[in-house]
Amino acid sequence: MILLELKDINKKFGGVQALTSVSLTIQAGEIYGLIGPNGAGKTTLFNVITGVYEPNHGSILFDGKSILGLKPYQIALAGIARTFQNIRLFQSMTVLENVMVGMHARTSTGALGAVFNTSFSRDEECSVRKKSMTLLNYVGISIEADNLASNLSYGDQRRLEIARALATQPKLLALDEPAAGMNATETKDLKLLIQRIQADGISILLIEHDVKLIMSLCDRVAVLDYGQKIAEDVADIVRKDRRVVKAYLGGELP
Amino acid sequence: MISLVQRFWGRVSNDKRALFVGYVLLFVALAFLPFLLSLTVGRMWVRILDFALIYAMLALGLNIVVGFAGLLDLGYIAFYAVGAYTWALLASPQFGLHLPFWAVLPIGAAVAALFGLLLGAPTLRLRGDYLAIVTLGFGEIIRIFLNNLDHPVNVTNGPIGINKIDPISIGGADFTRAHEVFGITFSGVHIYYYVLLALLFLTVVVCVRLERSRIGRAWVAIREDELAAQAMGINTRNIKLLAFALGASFGGVAGGLFASLQGFVSPESFGLLESIMVLCMVVLGGMGHVYGVLLGALLLTTLPEILRSTASPIQRALFGDVYVDPEALRMLLFGLALILVMLVRPTGLWPSPKRKKTLDISVTKG
Repeated sequence: MILLELKDINKKFGGVQALTSVSLTIQAGEIYGLIGPNGAGKTTLFNVITGVYEPNHGSILFDGKSILGLKPYQIALAGIARTFQNIRLFQSMTVLENVMVGMHARTSTGALGAVFNTSFSRDEECSVRKKSMTLLNYVGISIEADNLASNLSYGDQRRLEIARALATQPKLLALDEPAAGMNATETKDLKLLIQRIQADGISILLIEHDVKLIMSLCDRVAVLDYGQKIAEDVADIVRKDRRVVKAYLGGELP
Repeated sequence: MISLVQRFWGRVSNDKRALFVGYVLLFVALAFLPFLLSLTVGRMWVRILDFALIYAMLALGLNIVVGFAGLLDLGYIAFYAVGAYTWALLASPQFGLHLPFWAVLPIGAAVAALFGLLLGAPTLRLRGDYLAIVTLGFGEIIRIFLNNLDHPVNVTNGPIGINKIDPISIGGADFTRAHEVFGITFSGVHIYYYVLLALLFLTVVVCVRLERSRIGRAWVAIREDELAAQAMGINTRNIKLLAFALGASFGGVAGGLFASLQGFVSPESFGLLESIMVLCMVVLGGMGHVYGVLLGALLLTTLPEILRSTASPIQRALFGDVYVDPEALRMLLFGLALILVMLVRPTGLWPSPKRKKTLDISVTKG
């Protein structure tokens, strides 16, 4: 079953053609990797999918419905959650509160409910707290629940971003370079976490520079170079693709 | 000294019985405060206290916009003006309308909320300095409108203002006059004190509950990182508009009470300096912290008055003559106090415990 389908996506910034007719499909339940040299357009594509940019041309279908032109919050509601390349946590909130914000989209207490402290809002608040705690457990940082987000170690901040994204109850989790700046142990733990998320039925779109991680984790991999998709297949075939090698190493060995 | 208070507060707020006793003591103290004041320093001080309570309400409203949602609003006094003029127009001889207070107060809040939306809608994409400039303009527009709406059709009486505004009254009992209950005479300012205190208490409850709710978290999320907030499925447009409208409605209620207590409104009371004064209360007290803002508002309304009444006698006693005009001294000391607080306690006198922690860490890291 196709979960996400991009067709012929073009994105221009002034005179710069950031993406040129990129098409790709993500199947439900798979881990889909997206790699490419610096400036290849990975993050641009990511922002197009999550509604931060609107493409100049092309169509995006998610779960059978077009999400083209939707605002980022509507896309989150539709079921795509994301993390950010440069961590963007709510720094002055506690770890638990960060995850609770993630539940916003799936809860409904309004200003009136909050002011009158209705039993509905109290119940909802209670369940939000419990579920958020469960998610912190899931990613393994529940011990930090009452700590400020800005006090976490780098690896834990990445985990918190994932927990916060999972709180929106997504069908597709889009991770923008989650292993950036991590040491070998942290990367290994991250890999286990991503596999566990996949096992729980959430599809994953993974942008990463760590080629080893991508190759060992992803069901399929696409390679972007200068805004164009130059390869898309299972990891082992992509690895040997002539154009991919050229993009990364600048040409074949004589 | 302040950290001592904070430590004490931390211990008390963790002990339920101590907290209860504290509340009872606070309640009794607040109930007797106006009598104590009028017996010792004169009834004028009860009136000052009334205004302090109105300003506290105003500062709490602005705190929703600036403190919670992080939207810097320099024209907040406009909503105060809207509330005051709504009351003035609907309950005064101006149009011959004399609606009762329980109708005018909600109408004032609603009209102010509407103006809040009016300001919020076109400024949704703006943040920080740019938002501040637009809101500043908005505040001035409202004031200038009030100043000039005396022709071609006379609505606001222009710079002359509106006089003889109805006070709050129940069953014909005018709240600005003295009444006798159980053999105790309550003067007008005393009765208003209790009315304002009750309304301020409600305001605090509303603020605290909002802060701890899903909506409050969404506001803080927008303040911290708007893009990330959107990615969490928060409809930032609606949540921001909600902050503008709610904040404005608090201002509207405060404005209505001001008009009814004063009995007179004119555009003069709603200048830019007033906006900045309210913002100072929020910043000085502790942005985003309900009790801090309360403290800021009370300090900034009562301290200048204390200074005004003591500056001349002290100078005369020390130097035999008044060398510095108390009014000039007031602004001088006010500026000095602001600079000092921002240097020594950049997050305000009584910041929310969480925000303080962030700062301490960033200081030790730096």
